[in-house]
Amino acid sequence: MLSLLLFQWRLEQASNFAPVVDRLFDFILWFSIISFLIIVFGMVLFTFKYWRKKIPENRTAYITGHTKLELGVAFFLLVVVMVIFYWGWVDYKAMKNPPHDAFEVNVIGRQWLWQFQYADGKMLTNELIVPKDKAVSLIMTSEDVLHSLYIPDFRIKQDVLPKSYTNLWFVANRAGEFPIFCAEYCGTAHSAMLGKVKVLEQDDFERWQMTGKLPVGKRTMDHGQGTMDQQPDVTVGEKISLADKGRGLFASKGCTACHSVTGAAGVGPAVNKIFGKEVELTDGKKTKVDENYIRQSVNEPQARIVKGYQPIMPTFKGQISEEEMNALIAYIKSLK
Amino acid sequence: MSGHAEVGNYLTHPKGLRSWLTTVDHKRIGLMYMATSMTFFFVGGIFALLIRLELMTPGLTLMSADTYNKFFTYHGAIMIFMFIIPIIPAALGNFFLPIMIGAKDVAFPRLNLASYYIFIAGAALSVWALMAHGADTGWTFYTPYSIRSNTSVVLITLGVFVMGFSSILTGLNFIVTVHKLRCPGMTFHRMPLFVWAIYATAIIQVLATPVIGITTLLLIMERLLKIGIFDPALGGDAVLFQHFFWFYSHPAVYIMILPGMGIISEVIPVFARKHIFGYKAIAYSSLAIAGISFLVWGHHMFVSGQSDLANMLFSVLTMFVAIPTAIKVFNWTATLYKGSISLKTPMLYALSFLFMFTIGGLTGLFLAALSVDVHLHDTYFVVAHFHYVMMGGTVMGLLAGLHYWWPKMFGKMVHEWSAKISWGLIFIGFNMTFFTQFFLGYLGMPRRYYDYPPEYAGLNMISTIGSWFLLAGFALMAFYFIRSLFLPGKAPANPWGGKTLEWQIASPPTEHNFPEIPTVTGKPYDYGVVKL
Amino acid sequence: MTHGETVIAETKHKVPHHFDSAEQAFESSKLGLWLFLVTEILLFGGLFVAYVIFRGLYPDLFHTASQHLNKILGSINTVVLICSSLSMALAVDRVRQNDPNKAHQYMLVTLFFAACFMIIKYVEYTHKFHEGLLPGGNFTNAALAGDPKAPLFFSLYFMMTGLHGIHVLVGMGLITWVLIRSNRGEFSSSYYTPVELVGLYWHLVDLIWIYLFPLLYLIG
Repeated sequence: MLSLLLFQWRLEQASNFAPVVDRLFDFILWFSIISFLIIVFGMVLFTFKYWRKKIPENRTAYITGHTKLELGVAFFLLVVVMVIFYWGWVDYKAMKNPPHDAFEVNVIGRQWLWQFQYADGKMLTNELIVPKDKAVSLIMTSEDVLHSLYIPDFRIKQDVLPKSYTNLWFVANRAGEFPIFCAEYCGTAHSAMLGKVKVLEQDDFERWQMTGKLPVGKRTMDHGQGTMDQQPDVTVGEKISLADKGRGLFASKGCTACHSVTGAAGVGPAVNKIFGKEVELTDGKKTKVDENYIRQSVNEPQARIVKGYQPIMPTFKGQISEEEMNALIAYIKSLK
Repeated sequence: MSGHAEVGNYLTHPKGLRSWLTTVDHKRIGLMYMATSMTFFFVGGIFALLIRLELMTPGLTLMSADTYNKFFTYHGAIMIFMFIIPIIPAALGNFFLPIMIGAKDVAFPRLNLASYYIFIAGAALSVWALMAHGADTGWTFYTPYSIRSNTSVVLITLGVFVMGFSSILTGLNFIVTVHKLRCPGMTFHRMPLFVWAIYATAIIQVLATPVIGITTLLLIMERLLKIGIFDPALGGDAVLFQHFFWFYSHPAVYIMILPGMGIISEVIPVFARKHIFGYKAIAYSSLAIAGISFLVWGHHMFVSGQSDLANMLFSVLTMFVAIPTAIKVFNWTATLYKGSISLKTPMLYALSFLFMFTIGGLTGLFLAALSVDVHLHDTYFVVAHFHYVMMGGTVMGLLAGLHYWWPKMFGKMVHEWSAKISWGLIFIGFNMTFFTQFFLGYLGMPRRYYDYPPEYAGLNMISTIGSWFLLAGFALMAFYFIRSLFLPGKAPANPWGGKTLEWQIASPPTEHNFPEIPTVTGKPYDYGVVKL
Repeated sequence: MTHGETVIAETKHKVPHHFDSAEQAFESSKLGLWLFLVTEILLFGGLFVAYVIFRGLYPDLFHTASQHLNKILGSINTVVLICSSLSMALAVDRVRQNDPNKAHQYMLVTLFFAACFMIIKYVEYTHKFHEGLLPGGNFTNAALAGDPKAPLFFSLYFMMTGLHGIHVLVGMGLITWVLIRSNRGEFSSSYYTPVELVGLYWHLVDLIWIYLFPLLYLIG
């Protein structure tokens, strides 16, 4: 509340997380303001009340401390910071667990642009188009150095790492355009590695998915920059869906020789109905089949082998691009 | 020991440049550190002003993006490794720690001189790097960018590696000095709080710095031999570098702030004519902070992709730092109660420390809370928080200490009103420059940005104008400090009425500090009347 | 030096002016060195942590790659270093007992063992270079080419043994230094601080190898 009075240009709360984060932010802000005022008030009061001109320097009190008071302050503060910690942890946990039916978009960060790859094969540069009021999950990787995808209006941020996947999710609850920043320093054009999220009403979004056309004439409310008239820069020639592309790769790279997609036994484990499941490895440990596991199994097949199979698969390191990897993973995910 | 009279003070006896360069006197070594580090503060400050100038307006204002990236790297690396880490322990600590515990020197005077030259060698390597191809990695040297950058990363990290040894040896020297060279009657609980703070700092220096040593060494090997430990392209782990780096660099933040806190604990009792409130709490909270500092490095990495469990542990551990820190702030304020307060310049700086460090500390709570940090991480909020702690804390502590001990070090008083005007400029300038950055950060402006969207322009403009006040304040300060050296007149031995040992000897001190080793019989802050 | 210094009988050593007694000076030096040894352990600690992390991630790889190290030469080197530690301890003891001649012999023996260690290390390294078992991006060995993580093991191997080797060389230099000073008759039972400190340092170098050997050579 007070923060609203302090600065009028409070950030827009455009996702499910924004009000949640702001609530804790406000709590800490209030606590900080009160603590700060107590300290400064004490300091100023004592300085004027016990000014050298009023109190001679040999007439000061002999006080060496007050253990109970100190312990009281410590205990009170301990309670407050534990509340802050727990509150922050609970909210954070929610940010880390995307719902299973989330709409997935693959993100590739490279110096210095963002690429957004959709399940239907669309590839957008520096522009992420998502439906309103629906959970969206971003599966992100980098082609070179560290990046960090940051959407201030959604209050979310996650570093993007080379050679592995990190995840971010949100429900956008306001239609419009919101800036995307790269928040991890990545070189010369770090501050130009900008993008935007376009949040569309669900029917507009579905129309865009079918026809590739954005609603015309609707102006966005916020930031006053850009309109929705511009058509996104979709890479054309990618008419087939990501999973279909993955199916082609699965055959052309020779995966089918050892891995069945029907559940039939083979030289290697079958890949259908495995995504999201736990498998047992040769060393007895268990691992969840997720994006990172599939990626590792392609690049370093010997690293984590499913129990009952031989370490004989050759590595595909350096032979599969990030886009192709995303397609393969999308294909394996689609095999129900 | 033999008590024959010594002529002249440590500044003039013995004479000659050679006697300075080969001195093993802790006071002279302290001054040499001070001169060197203040020079780097000046250079680092110039880069800061240039960064602010570039950010005054969006887009290109003054320099290209590559130049900007190099300048913020220089600003960070110079200020951290060459100014703020050595300035209080190695300069003021070297000068006053032995005197305050009644010793004639540190335990290993030659090692002390060696540390200084090692520091110079490391600094020279880093400066060479800046002259060669520069460095554009930021002072954090995150991999894999620092592996790919085509700038002089090897040289600058080698400089950091070498300066690390200097820091280790200084810390080692101080620990042994405190343990073995206290004068008769100087028990641990009679040591001045500045000594406690330097002692806690020295422990961190000894335990944390070797890790930055091995980290920079691995990074150098990464670039020279492609060992691949931090390079995902060669099978390594880029985030591992961040763990290694912050395992040192978080404790290093306390290497920077604890000595500043120590100075505040000296200045407030003297200028309030009060016994410090809760001596033991302040002394042991320094050790507590030193201990906790090793367990919280992961809070720099909440969005780096480390596990949720790690994030939870680091968040809760970080919260604990608040407690010893708050106890200190509370006790300093309580010391003012029923005192007799004189607002001479050292006290002005000490009170500004309380003002700004409290803001710096409280904003740390935002960053320690996991969900809020996800939003604020790597934004200007962090920049503002860091500068409130480092500049509003450490630098204010340093300035309090410089004004407090200047008469002792040089035997000259500074012009009080010039000092007060300079303080005013710095106080206004600092808050203008950095308070605005909290807003910028909340509004989402990421750090290390050369260019920014127009909605951030107004706040950036105010911030830049603030930096000019800082420039004016520091220029005036340099002027009156240097001028004081050439003024006639001599400072008295104890101008502020201090009770610690350094005020019981001549200003400036003689070569061996004490004509006779003192015997301590009481506590360091024995002010006040028991029954008023 | 304007102050009076305590001069210790039998040697030319003067207690530095800021100490009250020779004992205080000795205690200080020893505390200083122990602190230094702690920093050494932490320096290696970084590498040990990296080792633990990568071994935890790739246990099988570490097992396979470790087979390419020469266990026999490694074991010989372990024995050599333990012997050198023993002879160094004896040298310190002899100095303390005012027996400089025996002390010199023991120091020379220590130096001999240290040199043996370095020569064996040299043989091992040359062999690895020859086989292309090089760190990280320089790795060319064909037998392990199938495993993209194999170079990591050798990165750690060279970093750890290399840093240790540098410590052995520094230790040899220090032993030579105290040997020369001892030859000049600078030490006796009342002043032998440098010998004692070099001895402690040498034991640490030995100790680090005792950990490196099983971690690198004896996996599985």
